[in-house]
Amino acid sequence: MELLSMYRRMFTIRTFECKIRDLFTSGIIVGDLHLSIGQEGVSVGVCFNLRDIDTINTTHRCHGHCIAKGADVKRMMAEFFGKRTGICKGKGGSLHLADLSVGMLGASGIVGGGIPTAVGAALSFKMRKTDQVAVVFFGDGATNQGTFHESVNLAAIWDLPVVFVCENNQYAESTPVSSAMRVKNVADRAIAYGVPGVIVNGMDVLAVYEAVNQAVKRARAGQGPTLLECKTYRYEGHEVGDPWDLYRSKQEVEEWKQKDPIATFGRKLIADKTATRQELDAIEKEVVGLIDAAVEFAKESPSPEIKEALEDVFVTPGY
Amino acid sequence: MNGMSSTREITFKEAVGEAMAQEMERDSRVFLMGEDLRIFYGGGPLGATPAEKFVKKFGPERVRDTPISEAAFIGAGVGAAVTGMKPVVELMFVDFFGVAMDQIYNQAAKLRYMFGGQSKVPLVIRTTIGAGFSFGAQHSQCLYSIFAHVPGLKIVVPSTPYDAKGLLITAIRGDDPVMFFEHKGLYPMKGPVPENEYDIPFGQAEVKRKGADVTIVATAMMVQKSLNAARQLEAQGIDVEVLDPRTLVPLDRKAILDSVKKTSRLVIVDEDYERCSFAAEVSAIVADEAFDSLDAPIKRVSTPTVPIPFAPILEKAVIPDEQRIIATVKQVVS
Repeated sequence: MELLSMYRRMFTIRTFECKIRDLFTSGIIVGDLHLSIGQEGVSVGVCFNLRDIDTINTTHRCHGHCIAKGADVKRMMAEFFGKRTGICKGKGGSLHLADLSVGMLGASGIVGGGIPTAVGAALSFKMRKTDQVAVVFFGDGATNQGTFHESVNLAAIWDLPVVFVCENNQYAESTPVSSAMRVKNVADRAIAYGVPGVIVNGMDVLAVYEAVNQAVKRARAGQGPTLLECKTYRYEGHEVGDPWDLYRSKQEVEEWKQKDPIATFGRKLIADKTATRQELDAIEKEVVGLIDAAVEFAKESPSPEIKEALEDVFVTPGY
Repeated sequence: MNGMSSTREITFKEAVGEAMAQEMERDSRVFLMGEDLRIFYGGGPLGATPAEKFVKKFGPERVRDTPISEAAFIGAGVGAAVTGMKPVVELMFVDFFGVAMDQIYNQAAKLRYMFGGQSKVPLVIRTTIGAGFSFGAQHSQCLYSIFAHVPGLKIVVPSTPYDAKGLLITAIRGDDPVMFFEHKGLYPMKGPVPENEYDIPFGQAEVKRKGADVTIVATAMMVQKSLNAARQLEAQGIDVEVLDPRTLVPLDRKAILDSVKKTSRLVIVDEDYERCSFAAEVSAIVADEAFDSLDAPIKRVSTPTVPIPFAPILEKAVIPDEQRIIATVKQVVS
C-alpha cells in the first residue's frame, strides 16, 4: 500500500503542476511558476521518510515538495489563485508556500536562502533532544552560494540532524552544471566538510527513498548530516514561459523523459504484481478529480480583504 | 518595582549581560550564538556576556561559538526560532551585516508575512554600533536606519543601562525578530539598574529631559550628547527637551508629536548617515502631522553620508557632537 501511496503522491504532483501550468498559460492565474515536472521521484522519495514533526525547507521550485510533505492540494490551489483560503492566505503565492502543520517550514525565493533555516531547525531538535530530522531541498545552482557551504560546515561541526538534498536537474536557470563548478558531482563537495556525499538516481523514487532512509537514520543516531545529490531533470523550463530550447536540445529532454519517474515506477509496480494497470488508472482518475475539485474550491473561495495586506507582519503588531 | 528589588549602579555592558543571564536562567529555550563567545575577550569582542560566567553557568550547548559564517548562524537562528527556540545571535559589529543580510531581511523579517501568519520568528540579533574609536569605515557605523526601512524587524536602540536591560528582556520574551543595537561608546557608561528582571514595552519613548523651548529627538550615544548639550544650553537660557524613542520600530509617533506641539521646534540628533535616515523619517512624520505647530524648520544633526574616516581628527569632524547640537539648537530658537 505504501508503494501505491508513493505512486499516487507522484501522480498528484504531476497533475497539480500540469494544471497550474495550463491555468497560467491561459491567464487564469498569475505570478511566476517554477515547475518540477520530471523531479517527482525526489520529492516523494525524500518525504516518505518523514513524519509531520520532521521538517523540510525548500526553494522556488517547491510545489512538489509541499504536496509530498502532505499539504492539502485544495488550499495550495487556492494560494495560486490568491485567495484567502490559500495555504498562506494568498500572501505567499507559488514562490513562498509553507504548511507548518505538516512540517513544511517554507519555500525561499532566494536561491540558497532556506538552507541555513534548516540547519537552525536541526539545531533546535538537537538542543531539545527530540528525534526530529530537518531536510532541506535545493538545486545544483544553490551549491554555488555561500549559504550552502557555510550551512553544511556548520551542521557538520555540530553533528546536526539534517539531510541536505540537492536536486541536480542539470541547469541553474540556463547555466549547465558543468560550466558552474569544476568538480563532477555536487556530492564531491561533501568531502570538504567531512560529511558523507551520496549520489542517487533521482528518477528512481525507491532509490531516493533508500538513500534518504540511511541519511535519516544517521541523523537520528546523532551522526550528523549527509549531502545527498539526486540526479534528475526538469522537463519544463526554469519557469513557465522561458525559452528552454535555447540551452538544451529537444533530444536531451526526450532522453530524460524516457526515464520518467512516474512511468518507470508504474511499470515496476505492474511487473512486480504490486498493482494492475487498472488499479493505477483508478488512482490516476481519482487524482484528476481531486485536482479539478481543488480548482473549483479555489475559484469559489473569497479573496482576501484589503486590510489583510497590512496584517501578519508581526505577532505583536507595531509600526 | 517591588520592595525586594535593589537598584545599584552598573555599566551598560553589565546591564546587557545581566538581562541575558536572567533570561537564560528563566527560559531554557533562550541560548546565545555567535563568534568567539567562549574564550576570546571573555565573551564576544567587547565582553557583554563574560565567558567565565556564561559558559560556566549555561554550558557550551547554550553559549555557542560559531565559525565566521554570519549567513549560516543568523539563518540558523531563524530556523531555531521558527521551531520553538529563542535564540539570541550576536553579530559582532553591525558593519558585518552585509554577508548575512538575506537571512535578516528576506528570511527572519518576512517568513511570518509570506506564510500568512503561520510562522513565529522570536529571534534577537544583538549587535554593536557607533564611532569614536578610530576603527575606520567598516567597524564604526550605526546602520539601524537600513533595518528600520524594511518590514518585519523590530528595531531597538537603547541609550542607558536601565533601558538596555529592560528592552533586551522585552526583546527576548517577544515573538518577533528584533535587531538590538548596542553602542560601543555606551558600554562603560554607568547608571541605576534594578537587580530584578523588568521589561520596558516597545514603542514607548521616554523624555530624558523635560524642556519647553525645543525638542531634541535622539538615539543611543546621541541621547547622552544631547543631554550634555542641553545642560550647556540651559546656562544660556534655552530650555531643551530630550526625547529618546528607544525603539525605532515600533515608533512612538505620539510622544514625538506631543513634544513638538509643546515646544514648536525640532532637532533630530542621529549618528547614522544623514541620507534616507531615521532622522529623515522623524522629520517627515513631523512635517506631515505637526506642520502647523512648527515655528522653525526641522533640523537634523547626523553623520554626513561618507564612510567613517580613520584619522581621529576626521572621525571627530563627521560624528555629531555637542558643539554641532548646540549650534543647531541655537539656529532654530533664534
